[in-house]
Amino acid sequence: MQTVFSIAIDAFAYGMVLFVISIGLSVTMGLMRVVNLAHGAFAMIGGYIASYAAQDLGLGYAAAVLLAVFGTVIISIPIERLLYRRIYGAPELTQVLMTIGITFCIIGIANYVFGPTLKTIPLPPILQGSADLGFRSIAVHRLFAIVCGLAVAGGLWYAIEKTAFGVKLRASVDNASMAAALGVRTEIIYAVSFAVAVGLAAFGGVLGAELLPVEPYYALRYMVTFLVVVSVGGAGSIPGALIACLVLGGIDTTGRYLMPEFGEFFFYLAVIAIICVFPRGLAGRAR
Amino acid sequence: MKRAIIAAFAAIIMGSGAYADTIKIGVVGPFSGPFALQGKNFKAGIDAYMAMHGTTIGDDTVEIIYRDLPAADPAQSKALAQELVVKEKAQYLAGFYFTPDAMAVTPILKQANVPLIVMNAATSAIVTKSPLVVRTSFTTWQTSTPIAKVAHDAGVAKVISIVSDYGPGIDAENAFKAGFEKEGGAVVEAIRMPLSTNDFSPIMQRIKDSGAQGVFAFLPSGPTTLGFVKAYNENGLKAAGIKFFAPGDLTQESDLPALGDAALGIQTTFHYAVSHDSPENKAFVEAASKAIGNPAELSFPSVGAFDGMNVIYKMIEATGGEQDAQKAVDAVKGLSWISPRGPVSIDPESRHITQNIYLREVTKADDGSYYNKEIQTFEKQGDPGLAAIK
Repeated sequence: MQTVFSIAIDAFAYGMVLFVISIGLSVTMGLMRVVNLAHGAFAMIGGYIASYAAQDLGLGYAAAVLLAVFGTVIISIPIERLLYRRIYGAPELTQVLMTIGITFCIIGIANYVFGPTLKTIPLPPILQGSADLGFRSIAVHRLFAIVCGLAVAGGLWYAIEKTAFGVKLRASVDNASMAAALGVRTEIIYAVSFAVAVGLAAFGGVLGAELLPVEPYYALRYMVTFLVVVSVGGAGSIPGALIACLVLGGIDTTGRYLMPEFGEFFFYLAVIAIICVFPRGLAGRAR
Repeated sequence: MKRAIIAAFAAIIMGSGAYADTIKIGVVGPFSGPFALQGKNFKAGIDAYMAMHGTTIGDDTVEIIYRDLPAADPAQSKALAQELVVKEKAQYLAGFYFTPDAMAVTPILKQANVPLIVMNAATSAIVTKSPLVVRTSFTTWQTSTPIAKVAHDAGVAKVISIVSDYGPGIDAENAFKAGFEKEGGAVVEAIRMPLSTNDFSPIMQRIKDSGAQGVFAFLPSGPTTLGFVKAYNENGLKAAGIKFFAPGDLTQESDLPALGDAALGIQTTFHYAVSHDSPENKAFVEAASKAIGNPAELSFPSVGAFDGMNVIYKMIEATGGEQDAQKAVDAVKGLSWISPRGPVSIDPESRHITQNIYLREVTKADDGSYYNKEIQTFEKQGDPGLAAIK
């Protein structure tokens, strides 16, 4: 029984970290219909900025996180204007080629500027150490990640489903020219959503840095994981991504605890099974 | 008339060539990509050696030709080696970070009449594949065996072994198990986890549940090591008194700033620590730091490369610059010298380096930086892995 609880807690914590890192990609792929393979690169930029701010500038953790999110968004603005704007609505292959190219450029720049060594983001004392849950201990920053994940999920769901901006966004996604004809300024809608997605990527990069340390190849190393989460959850669906993360986190953690020698067999078996039954992901909308 | 002048010139150029040759050394390593740091260390070691010992031997000039091999890729490795030998007329092949890459080159050595000096690749079997292979790095067996004795001496009887599921990890598991059982200890469980693991909490729980008093771990350096060591602390294993044993790959110097306090007190056995206290090492670190640019990036592949160059220089001296691979290899059999890592020699039988293995503990220096402090020496260790594969 204790083992079951123990696995459940690890799975929940891992799933939430996955969620925070991947949800930005779900937004760009589902709502903006851009296959953004550079998502990990933006997460990495966020991680680097936070690491630089906290370690070299001596700022506090909260300030470092804010700086990382806004810094990454600012860096992404010219990229969106000059590059992404050309590929909205373009065929998937064009998008993949463009964004993987951007990824390689960012890897090269990160390697040149920060060097190939690992970078860490020092945690504030309150997030360090571990909390005692009675039958086992868990790292406090894991609990923090769970809280952040739930907050992000709730906030995004509210913004997309309940606000005027969300209505305009969904309208622009479903039929851009009709939305524009009705007076929705689709360019601004797209720019804002892109900024939100990039900001979430950066936030995820910082929050997940304890699990996925920041180094130049971060952008490529974890790309498959992000893409799996989005495709299993159904692109653009917040609840879908949440369920996908918890399910995949649970399967991965259980497999790793009980049969580590099978590696990621169960993880990918589950992915295959889910995609066979739900080709558009758990909560994907038919086009 | 014109033709005669050209012929005369040609004769002069070719004639002078015979007196002062340029001896080319082809170095293959990961100079870009995720392992670029290791390639950079190769280059730093080579540059340091050439800065300290000059670029000429007798009348011959030594020239290094680098070839980039970003990830383990045996086919590409062989192609690069062939190109170096055929097109560039390289007389020596050196470098090689990954075992499969070095293995792929061994079949061409004899025909090409070229010795191979392995500067890193750490699987025991490489030296058995061709009599023209000399290795100046280490093997995973060589660095993992002494830690078994350390664990036993620390009063630990039951150990759980956790390794990444790939060649060196399996080598480490076998080496530790063989060493530890010889000492009378028991490996209660041996877990191989996938290389791409990034959440180690379930593994830590598994360690706790196994009832072992210590854990032996081997993971490739970089992000996975960081995650593993952090998880070890955060899941309360360190607090529970479960001891941590590993070969030194886990605490290589370039990872220490990132590991920070989490790594404090971890004991590893390895052939080289940048902090090794000797005049030879001081001179080496100074020269290699200059070559690499950022001293924090310096780690063990640099010393493998440095000593590899020493071996090549001795080979060139012995052959007088002539291309004779067998003579060159014979000349360094039994060669001993003082390396930055301590006294070393080339075993005449295996052509692998015999060296001291040090037990080190991650310690915080007065200036707040972290280093591997050597606390015990296992002298003149050969490669126990060769006996195991026979």
